[in-house]
Amino acid sequence: MPADAAPALPDGIVVVVKDECATCRTVVPVLAHLADSVPLTVYTQDDPAFPDGVPSLHDDDLAVSWHHHIETVPTVIRVVDGVEADRTVGWHRDEWERITGVAPLGPDLPAMRPGCGSMSVDPDRVAELDVRFGASVLASRRIDVADAEDDIEMMYTRGWTDGFPVVPPTEERVMRMLAGTSRAPSDVVATVPPDLVDVTVEKVAIAAVMAGCLPEYLPWVLTAVETACTDEFNMHGLLATTMPVGPVIVCSGPGTRAIGMNSGGNALGQGNRANSTIGRALQLVVRNVGGGRPGEVDRATHGGPGKVSFCFAENDAESPYGSLAVEHGIEPGVDAITLFAGEGPRCVVDQLSREPESLARSLAAALQALHHPKLVMAFDAILVMGPEHARVFADAGWGRDQIVAGIMAHLSRPGTDLVRGADGIAEGLPEAFADVPALPKFRDGGLMLTYAGGGAGLFSEIIGGWVNGDTGSKPVTRAVTY
Amino acid sequence: MGSRTILDPTGERTVAERARCARPASLEGLTVGLLDISKPRGDVFLNRLEERLTGVGASVKRYRKPTFAKPAPVDLRHQIATECQVVIEALAD
Repeated sequence: MPADAAPALPDGIVVVVKDECATCRTVVPVLAHLADSVPLTVYTQDDPAFPDGVPSLHDDDLAVSWHHHIETVPTVIRVVDGVEADRTVGWHRDEWERITGVAPLGPDLPAMRPGCGSMSVDPDRVAELDVRFGASVLASRRIDVADAEDDIEMMYTRGWTDGFPVVPPTEERVMRMLAGTSRAPSDVVATVPPDLVDVTVEKVAIAAVMAGCLPEYLPWVLTAVETACTDEFNMHGLLATTMPVGPVIVCSGPGTRAIGMNSGGNALGQGNRANSTIGRALQLVVRNVGGGRPGEVDRATHGGPGKVSFCFAENDAESPYGSLAVEHGIEPGVDAITLFAGEGPRCVVDQLSREPESLARSLAAALQALHHPKLVMAFDAILVMGPEHARVFADAGWGRDQIVAGIMAHLSRPGTDLVRGADGIAEGLPEAFADVPALPKFRDGGLMLTYAGGGAGLFSEIIGGWVNGDTGSKPVTRAVTY
Repeated sequence: MGSRTILDPTGERTVAERARCARPASLEGLTVGLLDISKPRGDVFLNRLEERLTGVGASVKRYRKPTFAKPAPVDLRHQIATECQVVIEALAD
């Protein structure tokens, strides 16, 4: 659909008004006076008969208002040789007199009155107007849905969903989504594996619409896509692996609260729109733009429900031991996301430990089993503690470093216990490690800590990782780009 | 035009299709590249393949990816393409 050309404004004084606005009604005598004094063109947005007694043009489709960026009525514009020379909004006698060159104006009126919102910026209409008049900013192919066709089913048929229904990405919805970022729709965000396709802000916005995001989530989705497609994070390998892992998104900072993310009870579960849809949007980008689909490049043996979407906020505002983002070098108070190549969460139950040493041992015992008790150093993990476990450490005065060190103190095994064949288990480390007196379960920084969850429950959650480091994937934390 | 229009969510890429090389009638005299993707025990499989290939008159060149978890670097792919007529990739553990 081609964008309509901007209607030119006639020379002289142009005023845009609407009958619904009290200030516009107040200035009707002024408009009548101006009509007798200068070349005047009045555009009315709502009632074509308004203003009574002053000739006016009806901006019925709001084309004049939209193209000339009218945000407030009344707006007064001086036009010289077809070009806008000056404007003022609302009623401000001095400004009106200066711009029109006519004085005195409205001597009986108060000196100033604020204006009202223009109909062209009405939140219920702006996306539709943006599409009608500014459609050319979107580059994606338009696909018509036949009248007899069900749009949801049509998107299933084309293979564009993760198994759940998606929201049809109409132009209007995508334009509304794009209002969530200051970035241009044509900006390239990343190169998405496995097909190595450059993805634009526009295509990410389409995925965000389909996933069910609100516009305010878009910066988080964009940052997630950008981060996932780095060489360090290695989305390609994560997609292609036979292990049941996907991108886990941990969101941090005050912005998580501004967009209503859940970091409290059931933070890792269902029911919160932002938590559920931000991760889903990333996976839809990988599927539809990158071409990463199960059974094709995605070779997961079992997969896991986290591969639909696994995104939550850490409760950094109430955490007794700081945030994961700050641990990774982000300034406190800055919105950030951490991407971690991880599987679904598993629960550690310890309802009896009231001393930090006992709880640290409990957590270590569970962490040792991650993927396989005899496989060490190859996988990272995020430990998600909720209020009741965290309080055991907080009451004893343990901070983040001491908690991690306290757990790691019990996560070391002699090589003889871990080599192939030990304990009658063929799986294990190569024989050469038999001589190593102590092998830690996690590499330095490989055991990460975050705080989320709420209500009662003496539990923690372990999110196990995939092959770590240069060989596989590194956790990557980035500030959110708005 | 239908009453509803949606935007294409795909990458809208144009797929470059290339014809496969013809299958050689014999491996005799050809250079066969063996690409180890760095999975454990891939070498066991490839060592045996090398014996068999050498036995039928092929010459064998060995290559190795830095990590099985990432695609082969472009330079390595180019090197294999210029040095070999046939390539075998060891995928599994």
